[in-house]
Amino acid sequence: MLNYVLRRLLYMVFTLVALSVVVFIIIQLPPGDYLTTYVASLQAQGTTVDDQEVAALRARYGLDASPIEQYWLWITNFVRGDMGRSFAYNRPVAELLADRLPLTIMLSVSTLFFVYLVAIPIGVYSALRQYSVGDYLLSIIGFIGMATPNFMLALILMYFFFKYFGISVGGLFSSEYVLEPWSLAKVWDMLQHLWVPVLVIGTAGTASIIRVMRSSLLDELGKQYVVTARAKGLSERRLTFKYPVRIAINPIVSTIGWQLPHIVSGETIIAIVLSLPTTGPLIYGALLNQDMFLAGSIVMMLSILTLIGTLISDILLVLVDPRISFEKKA
Amino acid sequence: MMNDVLLEIKNLRTYFKLHEGILKAIDGVSLAIGRNRVLGIVGESGCGKSVTARSILKLVPAPGKIEGEIWFHGGEKPVNLAALPPTGNAIRDIRGREIAMIFQEPMAAFSPVHTIGDQISEAIQTHQSLPKPEARGRTIEMLKQVGIPIPERRVDNYPHQMSGGMLQRAMIAMALSLRPKLLIADEPTTALDVTIQAQILRLMKRLQAELGMSIIFITHDLGVIANMADDVAVMYLGRVVEYGTVRQIFENPQHPYTQALMQSIPKLGSKGRGRLASIEGTVPVPLDPPRRCGFADRCVHFIPGRCDADVPPLIDTEAGHQVRCILYE
Repeated sequence: MLNYVLRRLLYMVFTLVALSVVVFIIIQLPPGDYLTTYVASLQAQGTTVDDQEVAALRARYGLDASPIEQYWLWITNFVRGDMGRSFAYNRPVAELLADRLPLTIMLSVSTLFFVYLVAIPIGVYSALRQYSVGDYLLSIIGFIGMATPNFMLALILMYFFFKYFGISVGGLFSSEYVLEPWSLAKVWDMLQHLWVPVLVIGTAGTASIIRVMRSSLLDELGKQYVVTARAKGLSERRLTFKYPVRIAINPIVSTIGWQLPHIVSGETIIAIVLSLPTTGPLIYGALLNQDMFLAGSIVMMLSILTLIGTLISDILLVLVDPRISFEKKA
Repeated sequence: MMNDVLLEIKNLRTYFKLHEGILKAIDGVSLAIGRNRVLGIVGESGCGKSVTARSILKLVPAPGKIEGEIWFHGGEKPVNLAALPPTGNAIRDIRGREIAMIFQEPMAAFSPVHTIGDQISEAIQTHQSLPKPEARGRTIEMLKQVGIPIPERRVDNYPHQMSGGMLQRAMIAMALSLRPKLLIADEPTTALDVTIQAQILRLMKRLQAELGMSIIFITHDLGVIANMADDVAVMYLGRVVEYGTVRQIFENPQHPYTQALMQSIPKLGSKGRGRLASIEGTVPVPLDPPRRCGFADRCVHFIPGRCDADVPPLIDTEAGHQVRCILYE
């Protein structure tokens, strides 16, 4: 097992190298660079910009070097922990990420827990009571949840709460806590705000996992080993949870890693709508401004998280299903 | 002959209400199993053998409905199993402890993600308040009794680590771990290859003699029946068409269907070079079946106006030998 994990970590390094190249190319794809965008916006405001000044700036930021040199500069610094400076914020990228990345991770993990805690019991119920009123009702709600765009749900919630309760549900903190240092009160305040984005981001994922859980359990319920357990004299409740439910959960466990990118990308739009201080709005702005060090670093960090998520779900799968083994047979 | 009856099935009917109509999987089966005897139930696929077996333990899947009576005389008072609710405590107390069952596919009959030992100990602990180490000890002992080598190691194996034959032994160990009075074996050797089949049959015979239990042995293999059974019931389309001792059935088969079955057995050393005899046609699906002899369409002795007029009654032709055919009226 340890061997396997180490081997996987090694593969992750290769994946990340390949990924960094792709990320860099994509960021470089739009014509121009940060300065072109910057100059364009200055000119739009009526300020004239001196060409010589621009050239000087370009040289200072290293933007006049060839793309390969630029990549090399970026990636070697990245490995050393220096993610460069954001042009737009004029602050080190590391500092910006330190503010926002932990909140993104926390939001993602909370959403993941929410999705599984809600979806698995509902999926189990739907399968056990197939074609009952409850099953139909939950399926309808599930499909609506799946079909509703997240940002739409966010807007509806915001409107609803503002109109009827006079509460603004945007953000992760109340205004008085935003600039405060971390304290227990601030954490409590955050938890009160957290449920709205968790609900909004988690809805679509919940709906699809309900479907997966339901169909996976329906497949298992008719299997021979269920009849065997019944023939032993076990109670329905015990045998259902010990055998078919336990086995039907395997495909869900193995896809935890795939949920993370969904959540992270789904989070971007929601974070903008709900003005959450996460990485979502940051990367959106960075891509618009061609703020390449910021954009590249965020994408790299999110990729690393996704790879770790996949590894975790692979390890979990070995733990829950004894038929799967990554060790070479002796 | 049978004054010491363990299980008595009276006019059992198991119907499945489907969109297309009522599927009469079992349509009036009456059978009796004596203590310490082996009853073989033979018939083609779809004749209702397995449904009969499952009806006894009320393991028929939805939308199956069981009517009739199934009297179990194993306890202090006779119990009518057919009348018990299928998920209630009463039937659960009988399942596994009084009446155990083994199945055709040993690979599929165990949960793939739990160890063999866990699943056998669970059967024991469901019915007896036994601490875990003791239950495990009993499990190892049972595995040893069914001839599994190194049972102390095998007990922690998962099903995919064992062969089909080993798993069927483990299945038998599980079924017998509580010393049931009746074992229902639903095609226990069909999925195994021939040499393993013989081993399993020998094992079952030995354990039956040692433990003194009754067995209902369901198979489509007449050779196995001849080897295992004391009494034989031949089923066709949800009904018993012939019943007798193994000797009566093999030496004097009376129902045209039984006779046809006997002729379809390949005989070693026979001179005939012709094709092996087979029965024309297939078992029809008993969807809203008409009241007639179910075998009429395939029968060489078919009498128009008689065989398709009504379901023939079971007729006693000799002591303990019954046939459901108008030829014997």
